[in-house]
Amino acid sequence: MPNYEPWSAERTAQIIREHQDLEGPLLPILHALQETFGYIDQAAEPIVAEALNITRAEVHGVVTFYHDFRRAPAGRHVLKLCRAESCQAAGGDTLAARAESRLGVALGNTTADGRVTLEPVYCLGLCSVSPSAMIDDKVVARLDAKKLDKLLAEVDR
Amino acid sequence: MSALRVYIPCDAAAVACGADEIATALASSAARRKIAVEVVRNGSRGMHWLEPMLEVATDGGRVAYGPVELSDVESVLDAMIAGGGEHKLRVGVPEDHPFLKKQTRLTFARCGIVDPRSLDDYKAHDGYKGLAKALANPGGIVEEVTQSGLRGRGGAGFPTGIKWRTVAQTSAPQKYIVCNADEGDSGTFADRMIMEGDPFVLIEGMTIAAIAVGATKGYVYIRSEYPHAAATLDAAVAAARRGGLLGKRIGDSSFAFDMEVRVGAGAYVCGEETSLLDSLEGKRGLVRAKPPLPAHKGLFGLPTVINNVLSFASVPIIMDRGGAFYRDFGMGKSRGTMPIQLAGNIKYAGLYETAFGLSLGELIDDIGGGTRSGRPVRAVQVGGPLGAYFPRALFDTPFDYEAFAAREGLIGHGGIVVFDDTVDMAKQARFAMEFCAIESCGKCTPCRIGSTRGVEVIDRIVADDNRAANLALLEDLCHTLKFGSLCALGGFTPYPVMSALTHFPEDFGATPRLQAAE
Repeated sequence: MPNYEPWSAERTAQIIREHQDLEGPLLPILHALQETFGYIDQAAEPIVAEALNITRAEVHGVVTFYHDFRRAPAGRHVLKLCRAESCQAAGGDTLAARAESRLGVALGNTTADGRVTLEPVYCLGLCSVSPSAMIDDKVVARLDAKKLDKLLAEVDR
Repeated sequence: MSALRVYIPCDAAAVACGADEIATALASSAARRKIAVEVVRNGSRGMHWLEPMLEVATDGGRVAYGPVELSDVESVLDAMIAGGGEHKLRVGVPEDHPFLKKQTRLTFARCGIVDPRSLDDYKAHDGYKGLAKALANPGGIVEEVTQSGLRGRGGAGFPTGIKWRTVAQTSAPQKYIVCNADEGDSGTFADRMIMEGDPFVLIEGMTIAAIAVGATKGYVYIRSEYPHAAATLDAAVAAARRGGLLGKRIGDSSFAFDMEVRVGAGAYVCGEETSLLDSLEGKRGLVRAKPPLPAHKGLFGLPTVINNVLSFASVPIIMDRGGAFYRDFGMGKSRGTMPIQLAGNIKYAGLYETAFGLSLGELIDDIGGGTRSGRPVRAVQVGGPLGAYFPRALFDTPFDYEAFAAREGLIGHGGIVVFDDTVDMAKQARFAMEFCAIESCGKCTPCRIGSTRGVEVIDRIVADDNRAANLALLEDLCHTLKFGSLCALGGFTPYPVMSALTHFPEDFGATPRLQAAE
């Protein structure tokens, strides 16, 4: 389970400084912010904008354009189920329905107790061993009901 | 006695099937037995149904075992200690396996064989021979690549040599080499395998491109869903830099080139080259109108070669063996080899590199062994989420850019996803529209709005709501998407939709009673 720091303006400014000299620094900065805090706090946007001499709207536009960037912290665990064609062909639909019903949330949501965020992902490149998933940073393939239940039991802790 | 050399793949497909846990278990078992074992984390050979596939070095070559589970580790280690001995999971010498034996591995020559993080191992397996030839005659690189007939392996199939020539002939204070490693198509994993199994071949290919066109800086834009590939590539870039093969004087020549790995953020559309460039610049990944071509105004408005991983990875062997050598493989205007990816519901899933020209049926039935579920193959999607669905009736189509185009399909990045007879093709068509709606960058109206309307129209057709009129509407909508979008996301979404409708009309609510009524 990832361990994140609480958001702070000082740490944000430090992260920006570490990446500011790159060509096209915005995505590396946003990735670093999310890796540090677990999400990109809206209060970070004007700080980034000021440092890079772009508008707040531009930063906000980028944060909201990409599926990866979170604007609020995720659950303690993140379970991503591949919903793309190869995994569909190998029984992914049934597994997604099973995960939704076991966790009591639809894909794209976090359980009420903040335990787990269930998300769709469109291809992990594990199409030869479909269906696949990613739990936090770990990839899992050849999923079936039994393996999925084991994953769900892991995130229960 | 020298240490037992064991190979355990670090390829994400093997890791997802437990390779890391197996590596740990094997090491601790060896320690308990007081046996010296040297574990090499190699890439994958591409026989993914056998992953995790472990290999042991013996006097008679490497001997493989797979698919190994945690409970097999002790007995597999026994067999390995016996010198590649018998075991129920023994595959034998991998090169003798029919799946590998019949392939022509040019781009994937080293994948699964070498230690992907070892520059020495790469060099020991013909690595950097292409660069040596390129440095000996820098002015001849573009001609050699043009002669090879290599076409962009990302999907568009544009001749690589022509792209490079354009950049070479454009003068600018700074030029860039950008590698598109945003391999988002479902059913494809060849780029990932190269980056995890033989990353130096990509670095070498990009370096040759840089020398050819006069670029000094390169970027690999890799999708965030590929953390293992990014880590391996990062390590390889650092090793190449230490070895003097990236930096101010490439291989002690006067050429300078260095590169960085950049990670995307989960936008499928960034696999489109102009959208990728915007994303690298730190913007929303919006598609750009062409012209100007990236070759003239690419990254930061400067001349840029942007190619797929496989295109760059094919260049070292072209330079080493010559354009004519590469060109001799293939058919028609599709020259060389294509790493084909067999995925979905297929028995022998994995990577199959072969010269262009095999028929779809040979690939799926003979090589792939049909479905994993054992049920009949009903449909296959070739070329990712924007590729057409083909029925069995089209299985005689040869794997070739033009042959697929002639049948309203595309080979794209070479992925084949197999579906058995339980598939609902209306659902697949609906998903194609839904995916386009989720991933549209929003620049073109037909893609941004048409995809959402497309989902609704398909729902109405399936519900038998004004069926004939809605079928006509869907066709018209697809026409608008195809001709009214700037990039392939909106432009090609009609392929899966229309092919599903054309080849599988019975799935769109056309029950026998309705057919009679119409």
